[in-house]
Amino acid sequence: MNVITAQPANAAPVFHLEDEHTHAAGGSTMLGFWVYLMSDCLIFAILFATYGVLGGNYAAGPAPKDLFDLNLVALNTAMLLLSSITYGFAMLAMGRNHIGETQAWLAATGLFGLAFLGIEVYEFAHLIHQGATPQRSAFLSSFFTLVGTHGLHVTFGLIWLTTLMTQVAQHGLTEANRRRLTCLSMFWHFLDVVWIGVFTFVYLMGMLR
Amino acid sequence: MRLVKTLALLSLCAAVGGCNFVVLNPSGDVAAQQRDLIVISTGLMLLIIVPVMVLTGLFAWRYRHANTAARYEPDWDHSTHLELVIWAAPLLIIICLGALTWMGTHLLDPYRTLGRIDAGRPVPAAVKPLEVRVVALDWKWLFIYPDHGIATVNELAAPVDRPIHFRITSSSVMNSFYIPALAGQIYAMAGMETKLHAVINKPGVYPGFSANYSGAGFSGMRFAFHGMTAQAFDAWVAKAKAGGGALGRSDYLELERPSENEPARRYASVDPTLYKAILNMCVEPGKMCMGEMMSIDARGGLGLAGTYNTLPLTYDKHTRRGAVFGPGPSYVVGICTIDELDVEMPQPLAAPRRLTPITGRGLERPMFTPARPSATPPLAGTRSQS
Amino acid sequence: MFDDPNLTKAIFGRLTWESLPLHEPIVVATFAAVALGGAVLLGAITYFRLWGYLWREWFTTVDHKKIGIMYMVLGIVMLLRGFADAIMMRLQQAIAFNGSEGYLNAHHYDQIFTAHGVIMIFFVAMPLVTGLMNYVVPLQIGARDVSFPFLNNFSFWMTVGGAVLVMVSLFVGEFARTGWLAYPPLSNIGYSPDVGVDYYIWALQVAGVGTTLSGINLICTIVKLRAPGMTMMKMPVFTWTSLCTNVLIVASFPVLTAVLALLSLDRYVGTNFFTNDFGGNPMMYVNLIWIWGHPEVYILILPLFGVFSEVTATFSGKRLFGYTSMVYATVVITILSYLVWLHHFFTMGSGASVNSFFGITTMIISIPTGAKMFNWLFTMYRGRIRFELPMMWTVAFMLTFVVGGMTGVLLAVPPADFVLHNSLFLVAHFHNVIIGGVLFGLFAGIAYWFPKAFGFKLDPFWGKLSFWFWVVGFWFAFMPLYVLGLMGVTRRLRVFDDPSLQIWFVIAGFGAVLILLGIAAFLVQIAVSVRRREALRDTTGDPWDGRTLEWATASPPPDYNFAFTPVVHDNDAWWDMKRRGYRRPVSGFGAIRMPSNTGAGIILAALSTALGFGLIWYMWWLAALSFAALLAVAIGHTFNYHREFDIPAGDVEHAETARTRRLAAEA
Repeated sequence: MNVITAQPANAAPVFHLEDEHTHAAGGSTMLGFWVYLMSDCLIFAILFATYGVLGGNYAAGPAPKDLFDLNLVALNTAMLLLSSITYGFAMLAMGRNHIGETQAWLAATGLFGLAFLGIEVYEFAHLIHQGATPQRSAFLSSFFTLVGTHGLHVTFGLIWLTTLMTQVAQHGLTEANRRRLTCLSMFWHFLDVVWIGVFTFVYLMGMLR
Repeated sequence: MRLVKTLALLSLCAAVGGCNFVVLNPSGDVAAQQRDLIVISTGLMLLIIVPVMVLTGLFAWRYRHANTAARYEPDWDHSTHLELVIWAAPLLIIICLGALTWMGTHLLDPYRTLGRIDAGRPVPAAVKPLEVRVVALDWKWLFIYPDHGIATVNELAAPVDRPIHFRITSSSVMNSFYIPALAGQIYAMAGMETKLHAVINKPGVYPGFSANYSGAGFSGMRFAFHGMTAQAFDAWVAKAKAGGGALGRSDYLELERPSENEPARRYASVDPTLYKAILNMCVEPGKMCMGEMMSIDARGGLGLAGTYNTLPLTYDKHTRRGAVFGPGPSYVVGICTIDELDVEMPQPLAAPRRLTPITGRGLERPMFTPARPSATPPLAGTRSQS
Repeated sequence: MFDDPNLTKAIFGRLTWESLPLHEPIVVATFAAVALGGAVLLGAITYFRLWGYLWREWFTTVDHKKIGIMYMVLGIVMLLRGFADAIMMRLQQAIAFNGSEGYLNAHHYDQIFTAHGVIMIFFVAMPLVTGLMNYVVPLQIGARDVSFPFLNNFSFWMTVGGAVLVMVSLFVGEFARTGWLAYPPLSNIGYSPDVGVDYYIWALQVAGVGTTLSGINLICTIVKLRAPGMTMMKMPVFTWTSLCTNVLIVASFPVLTAVLALLSLDRYVGTNFFTNDFGGNPMMYVNLIWIWGHPEVYILILPLFGVFSEVTATFSGKRLFGYTSMVYATVVITILSYLVWLHHFFTMGSGASVNSFFGITTMIISIPTGAKMFNWLFTMYRGRIRFELPMMWTVAFMLTFVVGGMTGVLLAVPPADFVLHNSLFLVAHFHNVIIGGVLFGLFAGIAYWFPKAFGFKLDPFWGKLSFWFWVVGFWFAFMPLYVLGLMGVTRRLRVFDDPSLQIWFVIAGFGAVLILLGIAAFLVQIAVSVRRREALRDTTGDPWDGRTLEWATASPPPDYNFAFTPVVHDNDAWWDMKRRGYRRPVSGFGAIRMPSNTGAGIILAALSTALGFGLIWYMWWLAALSFAALLAVAIGHTFNYHREFDIPAGDVEHAETARTRRLAAEA
């Protein structure tokens, strides 16, 4: 019967698992979230490419060096980087199973995130007040869209963070909550990496242009 | 079955009469070379397509379930030799086709100045190409003859056996300038310039049209292209000149408003800066020309002061609406006049040194050519697209 | 109350009585028919008290099999709409000669060809392909469901949401008049100030979210949930092609999302990405949309390559020839599909070197495709071919697709493209590959897996009738278009000058009528099969003498797919099991943990659709409200921690014992 079998001829082939080890719930979540982040990364890639193509088209209007205040942006960057660090501490606290400490670090992350958003909103309001609106030139359109999309992501991250803090408060550091916190952690650091791209490519190189 | 069907269709075509396979039987040298490329490529591919189709039919019949006489090998699933053939056969054909493509694409680049009038005749050194400016409007074509100072709408004429150099742009949306009998098409896009070099070899009237959908009046965006003898062409120009009518900027602004199925018409004179202004999108008085805008941008913009250098747009081709959240439509106010812009730098016209058939035999190998002979240097005012 | 124009505007935005196409008799008649049909359907559901059943068993289901079936139903329903557009176009082009304007004005005709393209790609081909993958992949890899069952339900309803927006545009307002890719500047607010392009944008955005998430889901499913023993190189070819397709989806749909978002910013906020003025660049859009658009055509065709591989091997009763080279060919196609996008606009003035680069990369794709063709050919070689319906579609595909492939390579030669671009030759080419490849493959797949999904085969007589109408109709409908393309006729024309062309359009119209009969025969086939289901019944679960794991379980499979997770030793796992004397376990069943149904998916998708509708019509209150609700429901859903339940061992035992009895009765 065993015409072509990889197994020794006397061993009966095993065709099904007798005792079921069910796939752990959420076993694919990390992979899935990575794939999602990569797809999101692609959206940013397109926005960066658009900025790369249109970033020099000022339509006889203002250029980056007329508009950007590097000190402010540096402060902004610091806020976001700090929020990443505090998130890292939150994850460490989660590893040690300290609910209170985790929550505290998450709250700190949220505050830094809020500060980042606040500064960004101030910057945008200032630009628009000066007349440098997204409609003024292709450069400004792509600038506002790239930076604004990042800001929107941070906003959603904050909403998510608040939700998770509530859930951790309700259920503690359960398996599901740990998984969710890890996902948000990946999301948050991802936004950090994107911001470093924005800071370099848009602000620093913009001042050099 | 397919062959039979094709033959049947062809005979049907003959029966109906008047069938004009213009792509396979064009009247211009460029289109003829493109036709040759189609025929050669198809032949090359049939080398593999026909055997595949025959084998499909053969295997399907021979190994049908009812035919128990045929060999049956349910576990045969690999043969290195066969795999080699399977991958190598398409590869070889693609290598041939790829070489053909590389040569043909460079040789038939629409930006490249013509080296020959047809297979047997190089372009005489003394002959200058006929210059024609083409503007796609909603939904009609404007042709400007800068050397003759005339302009036409929906009618184009050229002397046979004289190279024609088209420079093409659009006033609004994308169109594609296409005369199948003459040469392949190229897009017409606002604020950008594309080029086409072609030559017509037989006198006659050929249809031309837009080959890219551009809105409601698209179907009617057709024009007649007249291939004429040199004398007839001169007479045609003289007639246009005698016909009167002038195309100035304000006339153009009237003309570019959307209209459909426009009859052909001619203008005895045309504002010499008109094409430049159309290309730079500054026909409307006061609007900043693209060329000026780009040179300002290249120098870093106008700073914060430039932010408010816009005015609300009072006129546009359509009753234009702005976005619901944005400010109303506006335009950037120009500083220079169109005459101060030097957008038409002299073009070095370099004919290729060797005159070669389509197969590329004897062709200067393009990959070692330093730059396209006809490549447009990035001029102020023309957004080069390559 | 509605006397105050400001108030009306605040409530209804741009929507007025004039937005309803009451003056267009064709639309009104269609609306009447659809409304009547819809009322009858809804009435029947209410009368037979099916709402509860539908809601519990279908709308809220997270079972990949039911979701797969719903995708197929959506695709077939939308096929009817897309085909109605097609036949209207064929009729218009067949009569608009000698000064006749035909029966459609430009406003109407331009919407029809746009809607035809959008619907056929996004709401026919995509749901049908996704449906097949959803149904078959988990079964083929021996899994109980996909990785993220809730997400699967949500993805499906988002696709439905997009389809609903397109359908609504028929009766409320209008659809885009820009062609199916909506090139700016034409699609920008200055030239398309009406709601059409906004319908286009939001329909694709809503459906696009669904597609991307479903891509992520299936990637994870294939990577993580394969049965023990199934290494990557032991995966069935359909699973391989599905994996590659979903990688393509995840790597290309975000580009579409981004580029449509930029277009909508141009339209709503007045930014200058794709405008002519203020430094915008419309060519950016053309590049970006084709960076999505070219992979999209491989997203459509690759899974069907998988279907043909399964069908050829099964019906030839033979192992697939060249499995390894088949897999590598698929992967090579996946990668190369990102390097060819510029061939869609050789005629926009790129330099010769750029054009030839993209032309040659395009041609290179034909090498792995050709290798695949040969692999199917040599699978048939020394086989014992049963010409059941799926195999007939496969042979028709092989004979049809090579022609489409050939004309495709021809179009990849830039100078040839200069004369054939945008011509009817091009239209014939892509219909040749999409109908001859994707659609024939879908019909093969439907005929092949239908008995698995429903437990009875499809009626062969009506199936063969449909097959012959489709195949012959296809050749009649599209060969004339090749001919017309060589006569220099361009696409999307509404009226024609040259009377000698008319005969070809009449022949093409005749072909379209044959295809109509093919579609009708297909629908009759399903109805007849349902009526004759007892005669067509298959109790074995393996009606075709199949080779892969999906045939190892019952037809239709139980909710849990496999009572015991199978162990795989060969890439034709089931064939191997049958040959080596596999005995189905009849005792020792345990409880099985499965995901619970949830209504969150359909609610979220409905809110997204409402959000889209609000944005289209500038009903800002509706947009804001549905956005807030969307956020609230999404957050609320995350507070549900009880997402799984156990199917008790007794139930499993009951179902499996019933199957044991059926199998015994059969034997």
